[in-house]
Amino acid sequence: MAFFLLRRIATMLLTALCLTFIVFWLTNLAPNLEKLAKNQGNVRMTDEQVASFLQDRGYAQPLPLKYAQWLGVAPGWVIEGRDGTTRSRCNGALENGVLPEDARSFCGVLQGDWGYSTVFQDGVGSIIATRLGLTGKLMFWVMMVMVPGALIIGVLAGMREGSRTDRSLSTVSIITTATPEYVSGVVFIAVFASTAFGLRWFNGSATSAMENATFENFTLPVMTIALYGMGYIARMTRASMAEVMTAQYIRTARLKGVSFPNIVLKHALRNALIAPFTVIMLQFPWLLNGVVIVETLFNYKGFGWTLVQAAGNNDIELLLGVSVVSVFVVLITQLISDIGYVYLNPRISVS
Amino acid sequence: MTDSYDGPILEIDSLSISFFTRLREIPAVMDFSVKVMPGEAVGLVGESGCGKSTVALGVMQDLGKNGRIVGGSIKFKGRDLGAMSQDELRKIRGSEIAMIYQEPMASLNPAMKIGRQLMEVPMIHRGSSEKEAYARALQVVTDVKLPDPKRILDAYPHQLSGGQQQRIVIAMALMAEPSLLILDEPTTALDVTVEAAVVELVKELGKKYGTSMLFISHNLGLVLETCDRLCVMYSGEAVERGSIKDVFDEMQHPYTQALFQSIPLPGADKNARPLRAIPGNFPLPHERPNGCNFGPRCDYFEAGRCDAGDIKMFDVPGNERHATRCLRFKEIDWQAPMEAGDTTRKSEPGRVVLKMDNLKKYYEVAANALFGKRGDTKVVKANETLSFEARESETLAIVGESGCGKSTFAKVLMGLETATDGQILLDNRNIEATPIEKRDTQTIADVQMVFQNPFDTLNPSMTVGRQIIRALEVFGVGKNDAERRERMLELLDLVKLPRAFAERMPRQLSGGQKQRVGIARAFAGNARIVVADEPVSALDVSVQAAVTDLLMEIQREQKTTLLFISHDLSIVRYLSDRVMVMYLGHVVELGTTDQVFSPPYHPYTEALLSAVPIADTRVTKKHIVLEGDIPSAMNPPPGCPFQTRCRWKSQVADGLCEREVPPLRQLGDGHQVKCHLSDADLASMEPVIQIAAE
Repeated sequence: MAFFLLRRIATMLLTALCLTFIVFWLTNLAPNLEKLAKNQGNVRMTDEQVASFLQDRGYAQPLPLKYAQWLGVAPGWVIEGRDGTTRSRCNGALENGVLPEDARSFCGVLQGDWGYSTVFQDGVGSIIATRLGLTGKLMFWVMMVMVPGALIIGVLAGMREGSRTDRSLSTVSIITTATPEYVSGVVFIAVFASTAFGLRWFNGSATSAMENATFENFTLPVMTIALYGMGYIARMTRASMAEVMTAQYIRTARLKGVSFPNIVLKHALRNALIAPFTVIMLQFPWLLNGVVIVETLFNYKGFGWTLVQAAGNNDIELLLGVSVVSVFVVLITQLISDIGYVYLNPRISVS
Repeated sequence: MTDSYDGPILEIDSLSISFFTRLREIPAVMDFSVKVMPGEAVGLVGESGCGKSTVALGVMQDLGKNGRIVGGSIKFKGRDLGAMSQDELRKIRGSEIAMIYQEPMASLNPAMKIGRQLMEVPMIHRGSSEKEAYARALQVVTDVKLPDPKRILDAYPHQLSGGQQQRIVIAMALMAEPSLLILDEPTTALDVTVEAAVVELVKELGKKYGTSMLFISHNLGLVLETCDRLCVMYSGEAVERGSIKDVFDEMQHPYTQALFQSIPLPGADKNARPLRAIPGNFPLPHERPNGCNFGPRCDYFEAGRCDAGDIKMFDVPGNERHATRCLRFKEIDWQAPMEAGDTTRKSEPGRVVLKMDNLKKYYEVAANALFGKRGDTKVVKANETLSFEARESETLAIVGESGCGKSTFAKVLMGLETATDGQILLDNRNIEATPIEKRDTQTIADVQMVFQNPFDTLNPSMTVGRQIIRALEVFGVGKNDAERRERMLELLDLVKLPRAFAERMPRQLSGGQKQRVGIARAFAGNARIVVADEPVSALDVSVQAAVTDLLMEIQREQKTTLLFISHDLSIVRYLSDRVMVMYLGHVVELGTTDQVFSPPYHPYTEALLSAVPIADTRVTKKHIVLEGDIPSAMNPPPGCPFQTRCRWKSQVADGLCEREVPPLRQLGDGHQVKCHLSDADLASMEPVIQIAAE
């Protein structure tokens, strides 16, 4: 098991390196940098000025070197600019052009130095921590609603294939999966939060939920995300359950005298969960980015909302930070999913 | 419960079961009656689709959504099962009536430990505590003779071998000491020696617990060995019912007779006494004829009488509880000798076409299955020093149980794998290192194969004719499409299929017909060597004879060399000229059919012969049951491969068997045995199968 974990973690790190490099390369493309220079300096800069601006701030270095510096495995640059100031990556503009005695020479993601967000005027690290916390709260409630709900619907529908319960539950699942969040969100707001139907049960905005989540302000965003995923997982569970229920060992159990509820719970459930489990774990990364729409719609300033802001404002460092976190969330959930799969399915062994 | 009850345990009275589809009602079982007395074992015999499994599920009242009992009654200990509520049924299932299934792997829950699955039974039915249930499970697992019961209880089903799984299924059925045990083809998925051990166990436990049994099988030999009475079914009806002795020796129904004539019993010979296949096909449930269902295929059919109306069961006078569903049973002379089929002359083997010399095939497998090549690899010796010759128009049978390397050998010969060492000479040309992509068309056309499962080997979306023409194109036969089409029709004639079948799709064909197409395809390029890998084992008994005879006939005409791979010794004895017995990749015995089937034997051959059930009451067999399972080829025992299960091992001094692989010894006339036993010991062996004088 330990060997398995080590291997998985090693592959995970390698994947993370490759993916972050791709994101780094894309955010550091020439047009992006030009935009950055004009944004931070002067909109009417000449091409020459742009070049010297970028040169002075270390952007003109070769890409692999820049990536290594960002990562924190190469010493940060110290450049004497054409405008006379000496700047360094780790310590900003230097007076006298000399590095202080105690100055760090490495500053990158590995050292915990995630950079500075130009939009929020704050350290990327702290922004991500707060925003991820907020989205975490949202995700937690979504999972609490979605997973048990989906499993119950799936199992109820799948245990008697073709019955009336099955058909009605399947119809519901199909409808919810077929409705994207930007449709269901709008519909929910219109029905439950506007004067259109007079049912002003919930809040149409979830901004207040960031500090204090209540039933009123948090239900709509949670339901919007949960419903979409619920139908999908329920469909998977139903198919898997229906297949398991026709298996011979279920007949064995039935002819052994096991009662129907026990057949479902003790014999069928574990086998039926093997397939949907991977899908459920795949929902985590999807939630992380899929919340973009819902957070924007309900004005809930979480991780997805931050991503939109960073991308919209060409905030390179923040964008990079967000990507790194996303990559790790995806990889870690996949690791958990693999381990859980081994636990659920005794036929797979890792040692 | 009603333990004082002393009537029949199970009484099925004119039971009819139908399945309902959107289109029509399909009667699966009609007017079926049988009685099982306490402690009695009743066999239910018939071909696939005759409704025997439906009867079993009917007894369990578990026919699914579409099935329904439409007439008659099933009484268990005098109580009508059909009138019981679901709750009452659940109390009976597992505790009073238990069932053993065909595929042990599929009938055990893969995600639940064996112990849990066993303990469930007493916990449900007797309200036992977990501790009591565990103790009971431990005892029953010991009863079914599994080694290391504690470890087994803690294992998952996939960690056990097929034979062990079947023992667990049997243990599960016995957990609550049921009064009735239903066995649905319990050994079909197992190897012969394992089958023999399982059957032995079932018989023994039946006696120990006094359980009545309903034994469902298509194998008459097995029924003879296990049951007291039997009931022969044909197309949803019981056609004959009686004690084993009455039915086997004084059969009173033409179908029973035809069935016996189509299985290779000792004494049948492909030239002098060929098998008689039952003509025609099994009727589909909705196409059953009027009157007697067997009528259209029956030799004694009398128009106007046999097809007039429903036929009842008639008691056979003189015999106890012996009944037949035949109007003419009193008129037919049952003792008349079997009409001799066309006898043929034995064809003489010609020159050597195929020669194997010290052929070896090793596979390297990663010791760690999940993580590929890292770490050490293990070598699986699938074939070890295989040497033999095969001549023109000779049938060489290759016999052995699963994992003995017979399929690997076929793959190497076909070129699907290349040999690790040694040579294969086809007409003195080496072909062992040439994979099939690099072989020239002629070599490929020369060496062809007939596969085991005809249901999977035909492309479901191509017509039969098209598939054969495709083979002809590949082999470069014929100059243009018209010529190839002509040749295709000839091939259909050759395998005795109507020419109209060229336009049919595989799904419209029965199993036997599909296998004929497979044979036609193999012979498309005038194959000289045909490897037939268990060509009839997936077919019904009555069809087997026809397909076997067809193969023999084509062989006689085309002078083909037939390599017949099989585990069924009855059919091997019937059709082969020479036999090669394999065990764990080694050839343990090689000789002519007579040499191999009579002493001196290799100890493994001896056990194999003893394990094969023979459907003949005159035959007495020596009883040899092999302990344990076949060792894994990944981890073969040191020395002689068979030493772990050999009953003669003690005869060889100072553990030679455990140290050295025995040399191949010549016993004269080309009879070879790989064994350490001394000549005196070999000579002292007695024949396993003896036929009592009539």
